[in-house]
Amino acid sequence: MDEHPIVVEHLTKTFGDFVAVDDVSFYVNRGEVYGWLGPNGAGKTTTIRMMLGLLVPTSGQATVLGFDAATEAKKMQAHVGYMSQRFTLYNDLTARENIRFYGQAYGLSRRELRTRQEEILEMAGLVGREETLTANLSGGWKQRLALGCAIVHHPDVIFLDEPTAGVDPISRREFWDLIYGMAEEGVTILVTTHYMDEAELCQRVGFLSRGRLIALDTPDQLKNTQMRGQVLEINVDDPDRAMRLLKSVQAEGLMPFDEVAMYGAQIHAVVPDAEASIPQVRAHLERADVKVESVEWIAPTLEDVFISAVNPDASVA
Amino acid sequence: MPDRVVIETKDLVKHFKTRHGEVTAVRNLTLQVRRGETYGLIGPDGAGKTTTTRVILGLLTRTAGESRILGYDSMRDPYEIRERVGYIAQQFALPRDLTVMENMRFFADVQGVTSAQQAQRIPELLGFAGLTEFTDRLAGQLSGGMKKKLALACSLIHEPQVLMLDEPTLGVDPVSRREFWNLLGNLRAEKGVTIFVCTPYMDEAERCNWVGLIYEGELVAHDSPDVVKTMVPGRLLAFAPSPFAPARHAVGELNGVLEVQTYGTMLHVFVDDLERRRREIERALEAQGIDWHGMREIEPRMEEAFISLIRRRRGAAVRERGEHG
Repeated sequence: MDEHPIVVEHLTKTFGDFVAVDDVSFYVNRGEVYGWLGPNGAGKTTTIRMMLGLLVPTSGQATVLGFDAATEAKKMQAHVGYMSQRFTLYNDLTARENIRFYGQAYGLSRRELRTRQEEILEMAGLVGREETLTANLSGGWKQRLALGCAIVHHPDVIFLDEPTAGVDPISRREFWDLIYGMAEEGVTILVTTHYMDEAELCQRVGFLSRGRLIALDTPDQLKNTQMRGQVLEINVDDPDRAMRLLKSVQAEGLMPFDEVAMYGAQIHAVVPDAEASIPQVRAHLERADVKVESVEWIAPTLEDVFISAVNPDASVA
Repeated sequence: MPDRVVIETKDLVKHFKTRHGEVTAVRNLTLQVRRGETYGLIGPDGAGKTTTTRVILGLLTRTAGESRILGYDSMRDPYEIRERVGYIAQQFALPRDLTVMENMRFFADVQGVTSAQQAQRIPELLGFAGLTEFTDRLAGQLSGGMKKKLALACSLIHEPQVLMLDEPTLGVDPVSRREFWNLLGNLRAEKGVTIFVCTPYMDEAERCNWVGLIYEGELVAHDSPDVVKTMVPGRLLAFAPSPFAPARHAVGELNGVLEVQTYGTMLHVFVDDLERRRREIERALEAQGIDWHGMREIEPRMEEAFISLIRRRRGAAVRERGEHG
């Protein structure tokens, strides 16, 4: 139990004919920051709700800190923190009052709460703003306060559901500093996100698609193993015209492009074999008098890999 | 104004009066968007992206400065602008109880598009947006990504030369986000439409050929993405130290270290001289018994550049607060 605070085995949830979560199994190590990436409707939230004991699985089991989430939810929840995208803070309470409110809700004693609220204010960088009304805190502050409230009871496992949407990059880094600070102390963290850079910050990342866990590894390994095809970066004098040409090359089936897309002044093309494709791409463009500055095989981003993994048959737009 | 400039602001200022006094949402903002360009106005929530967009469109009055689209003044010529510009607001809501086709017709009628034009354009736009199969589906029953694509198709019904999009990919999953940007790329390549996009996602800068980074109502950079990414000090070394906090402290003290950013378990260290400082950092870590792995030079991305630019601007304030981030 101590090694793997979260163990999920063959977890399945159906709603009528719809299979929301389909035979998902994984575990999370103690002190690990584990990320989940999936399109909307992939089953992320449903799985989290089962892990939190809010939803009973159709079959399979989620064990959190040794407690069966379905039958021992109450005992388990005392040791688990949860912060959702739409975190709930009381805008008409001060930062300190919000922490006290959550502390009382979690049943902390008056004495525990007295020390704990100072710790949380310190951790969240809210010293000097204790008495500010939450409504008047900016996004980054609010978000750190929400995290502070979610961990007021010293949880051993924390679930974060898209925690940093919309905050500025500096606040986002500060938030992640807090996350890793807790992980270093042995807290286990599961994060769902739509941000690729946030996924890159996780130690391991699971790709979820149509209720199934289709890949699970470190971000670097995912780039090595999950990318079908290779990415070419094309620099030309007239990218708009080159794009039209390559689109028609794709439409006529002259080259096996999985994807051709504009990236600012460049074009990215996903091909099965980069080395073989480079001279062909050049030839198609030069034949039409487009001046080719470079065609290079580049490393895929985590987004490239994710798109490739969740769209096994379809090419993208 | 040269013909190639399609959207232009000069020393644009917007104040709002609130109960607590006056708030400056946009400060002396000067930008130009050229014809056929995809321009990203990139910044966090509350930076002034929406206000800037709405002032340019003439939906909000400006406090001072100038703003024009296609040579038309935002405040004096709102009708000329509306005829030539497509706009998707951040909180747009398509009528949920109308089908995809009915939505298209509704927007076409509002924009005064004739029936003959509609008969030709609507199927074309539905094909472009990948919605042909869903013509009869109620808008309320479309997925988030499909709603955004329908909004895009509706905004193009009057064949605008300029498209202004306020956070079009907000809340959209990565697959739909990719599809949406691919559509914008096709639109630019095939129709030469000038596209102005507001977004909080730093990585979407890669899809633009010009970006304005906006922070607290001011443009902190305005250039091609490649140039903006070089607006960091020195070169960038990345490595994962353990334990983390002492390493951050030790490295921050060294000579030639220009800036330290944290990135999960990694430290991003900007240095003046890569080889020399790398050796010095390794020596300093060894001296303190700190382990590390994966030390290598990496290319700064838009996010690192933005953080660096904001931090230099905030300067003293950040240092006082205790070296966060």
